[in-house]
Amino acid sequence: MSTTAIPAGTKWWSGGKSPFNASYGKVMMWYFLMSDAFTFGAFLISYGTIRFSVNHWADPNHVFNAFPFAGHANLPLAFVSLMTFILIFSSVTMVLAVHEGHKMNRKGVEKYMILTILGGIAFLSCQAWEWTHLITGDHAVLVNGQIEHWGTTVTKNPWGPEVMHNGQLVATPGPIAFGGYFFGITGFHGFHVFSGVVINIVMYIKTKLGHFDERGHYEMIEKAGLYWHFVDLVWVFVFLCFYLI
Amino acid sequence: MSQHTISPEITFAPEHPSGTKKIWKTFWILSIITIIELVIGLAIYNIHKGEHPSESLVLFFKGMVCILTLAKAYYIVSIFMHLGDEVRNFIMTIIVPLCLFIWFIVAFLWDGDSWKNLRNTDAGSRPATEQAAPAAIEKGAKP
Repeated sequence: MSTTAIPAGTKWWSGGKSPFNASYGKVMMWYFLMSDAFTFGAFLISYGTIRFSVNHWADPNHVFNAFPFAGHANLPLAFVSLMTFILIFSSVTMVLAVHEGHKMNRKGVEKYMILTILGGIAFLSCQAWEWTHLITGDHAVLVNGQIEHWGTTVTKNPWGPEVMHNGQLVATPGPIAFGGYFFGITGFHGFHVFSGVVINIVMYIKTKLGHFDERGHYEMIEKAGLYWHFVDLVWVFVFLCFYLI
Repeated sequence: MSQHTISPEITFAPEHPSGTKKIWKTFWILSIITIIELVIGLAIYNIHKGEHPSESLVLFFKGMVCILTLAKAYYIVSIFMHLGDEVRNFIMTIIVPLCLFIWFIVAFLWDGDSWKNLRNTDAGSRPATEQAAPAAIEKGAKP
């Protein structure tokens, strides 16, 4: 832990210094992230409200059981755990970049920023695959006595309760909100990941050009790091709300 | 440039540790919590697959993953985002507003549940039916 050697009895609010012992940019980054947390929180709680208000909801273990190149194998939670570990690992490389920044080690920052960017791109690719798989999926659904084949989209939910039809269990249309919330919230999160990757690329270029060495500190890496960790933090909750429970 | 004064706003420059032990330790903690969550997720899956899924057991497991997720959030915010190293007053300006979430979650989930009950009973005009949607639901009807 970086223990700040702050003398006891320091009068923070007496003027002449930042009462938070932090730069304006960093404080404002924190407040931005707090407001963003409320945005994501509102989305997720709205999803919870709708989910509590209906009698049936799609079982995530049935919806998310596919893995690339695994055909129709039933692998619940497998792909999403891969995505989770990618994001946790890219968080570690980010915090290592911040750590190298504290030591003013430009080569180290460059190396870990590259790894973080690659992690972000890997996560986005996984999400693109997952969305494609869901949208282009092909599930038998009983609609008005007829079997139709549906994918999961914002207007179609083939994961409703199952009924007997001609001696076979067939799904009926589920609550339409499922696709809207899933694509809306993971899309909003994915857009955050995308902008995080763009910010990290900018930071990498600025490091490479030596801007932070000229400035005498790597605080911009810290601020980009705050954003990136926040993206990971949100994923922890998206993972909980959509895939685990 | 060994003395890196980050900015004039920082009165007391923080001392950063030279090693990365703490970062890797946090990484392992996060990974292990995630693996426990996945095990619980698969346990819930298997309970649902069984003949008579125990709803209270499922609820217990779901509560467990919620607590584990909060633990993960704590480690990410406190160690990776270094919030634990900031001045206490600053930490409070971030954490105290987030306490609104407690009310937010309770109130809205309650609201959703109330909606379901009103719908299932036609606003109390008839006895509750377990499933108001398609009548012939057999397996696969989980709350």
